[in-house]
Amino acid sequence: MLLLLAVSIIVFALVSLSPIDPVQANVGQSAYLNMSPEKRAALAEYWGSNVPLWERYFNWISAFLQGDMGTSLRYNAPVAQVIATRAANTLLLMLVAWVVSGVLGFALGVVAAMKRGSWVDKLVKGYCFVLAATPAFWIGLVFLIVFAVWLGWFPVGFSVPIGKSAADVTIVDALHHLVLPALTLSVVGVANIAMHTREKAIDVMESDYIRFARARGLTPWQALRAHGLRNLLLPAITLQFASISEIFGGSVLVEQVFSYPGLGQAAVTAGLGSDVALLAAIAVFSAALVFVGNLIANILYGVVDPRIRKGEGSHV
Amino acid sequence: MQQRDRLAGHGPHGNAEKHHRHRHGPTSRHDQGHHLLQVSNLSVGFRMYDVDAPFLSAEQHMVNVIDDLGISVHSGEIIAVVGASGSGKTLLADSVMGLFEPNAAVYGEVWFDGQRMDAEALSAVRGRAGGISLVPQSVSHLDPLMRVGKQVEGFGKQGSREERRAKRRALFERYGLGEDVAQLYPHELSGGMARRVLLCCALMDDPKLIIADEPTPGLDLDLAVAALDDFRAFSDEGGGVLLITHDIELALRVADRVAVFKDGTVVEETAVANFASPDLLEHPFSRALWHALPEHGFDVTPDGGDAPC
Repeated sequence: MLLLLAVSIIVFALVSLSPIDPVQANVGQSAYLNMSPEKRAALAEYWGSNVPLWERYFNWISAFLQGDMGTSLRYNAPVAQVIATRAANTLLLMLVAWVVSGVLGFALGVVAAMKRGSWVDKLVKGYCFVLAATPAFWIGLVFLIVFAVWLGWFPVGFSVPIGKSAADVTIVDALHHLVLPALTLSVVGVANIAMHTREKAIDVMESDYIRFARARGLTPWQALRAHGLRNLLLPAITLQFASISEIFGGSVLVEQVFSYPGLGQAAVTAGLGSDVALLAAIAVFSAALVFVGNLIANILYGVVDPRIRKGEGSHV
Repeated sequence: MQQRDRLAGHGPHGNAEKHHRHRHGPTSRHDQGHHLLQVSNLSVGFRMYDVDAPFLSAEQHMVNVIDDLGISVHSGEIIAVVGASGSGKTLLADSVMGLFEPNAAVYGEVWFDGQRMDAEALSAVRGRAGGISLVPQSVSHLDPLMRVGKQVEGFGKQGSREERRAKRRALFERYGLGEDVAQLYPHELSGGMARRVLLCCALMDDPKLIIADEPTPGLDLDLAVAALDDFRAFSDEGGGVLLITHDIELALRVADRVAVFKDGTVVEETAVANFASPDLLEHPFSRALWHALPEHGFDVTPDGGDAPC
């Protein structure tokens, strides 16, 4: 909570320090130029240029906490509403990418570790190295060229079909538009997760307790099932929830490439269009998202690991 | 067949008489006319780069960590393998259990209970009834995230879960471990509890041979001797114990025979009684060990032997 407060203060301070003139941003370039100096001064007064920074911050944050996040200039709608509609798209995109990259990355990492040195391992490693060295937006472009332009399997952009009224859009339409951006995000995320999981799995398989389990007659795969997966869960949780921020960062690029109307795209629009209220709200929202992810990870540690659970109990 | 007779078969012979490169202790027996475990000409090597050569032109060559090693375990005895820490004793345990690293090259013969073993046969007796069980060094050999009772009961074993649980209960009772211990996690065990839990893991599988790899770390001599009473009980019931330790005093107190391990091989395998005087010992290094014992003045120079520990 303290962290979110700090984030909101920093965001607000940075926005205040930016060279955006509130009068110009609100009335527009041409109106601003044709305005008399007296009128400008009156408007500056109206938008609170003379109010001290901390007081403006206090006004903003108290309204923010009550749900009034201001009005988006670019979308001409309340910020809360813009974020709500956009977040639904982005969260769906992120969720799919997060689950796919997590499950696939974990499985590939474990298999590569168990078959260390074999062609399977080399294939997984090769895939991961190539993808880890590839920017997400470039993969997105390649997917667009291959699957949307050449093969025509998926649409080139947007989250719903063009020219269809909102009421007629079906879930299938939405999913159809979701596939390529989600795939792009997942494919990039897999590399990271698989390589980390592979390293961890190798450590675990060389640990004393796996050696002992093998000495007690378990095959490597049995030992993995009985003891390995359980011990891999902890690093996997850390990785998986830490990857939320990466996927969120990736979604900004991917949404741009696929013209996908999500938060990332809104953030870019807000940033380029001096839409201060929206930009600040998105910054706080994304910090909150990452914070919630880490919070869940911390809670899950205790569920999985008795050492952490009991350690916390004794401190309270 | 002929080879089998030569290596595993056994005619009667006196205890002082040397055979298979060793001499017997008072409890050493050849049940069914063969050794419980016999290892001959065992070498374990790893391919590694020449450390002295320049980086790019370094060539790989084999380095033998265990070199032409022979050792025998009889029914009813505790044999202690004594050698310096880090000299490859644990590798010996791994080799006898057939747990090799993928890059290890293993040569030699292992006979268990009258059968010539290969890696596959060893994996079939590992942790099985009438087979070979390991008692490891420390609690780090238990899964930190699983309750102790469940781990002792084991996975993928013969018998129903209820049978295994009943057996685990009986073992816990015999070794003075309460039922509440079964609900603990490894990090909650005291040192003494951990030692008994690890022993129960091994006994759970009804082995004929127990390999104990430094089972008494951090205990002083008297406590360690007390701890090893459990192994004595096991060998008195007809099992064999291969005790791996760096502690020669402990070995002389509890074992029937001692195998002196140096530079990857067993230089002498002899009855504990022969450590009464250096004249009964054959190898210079064994005599050096004798002289290095506290009661013989910690002397590490005689016979030109290296400092033993």
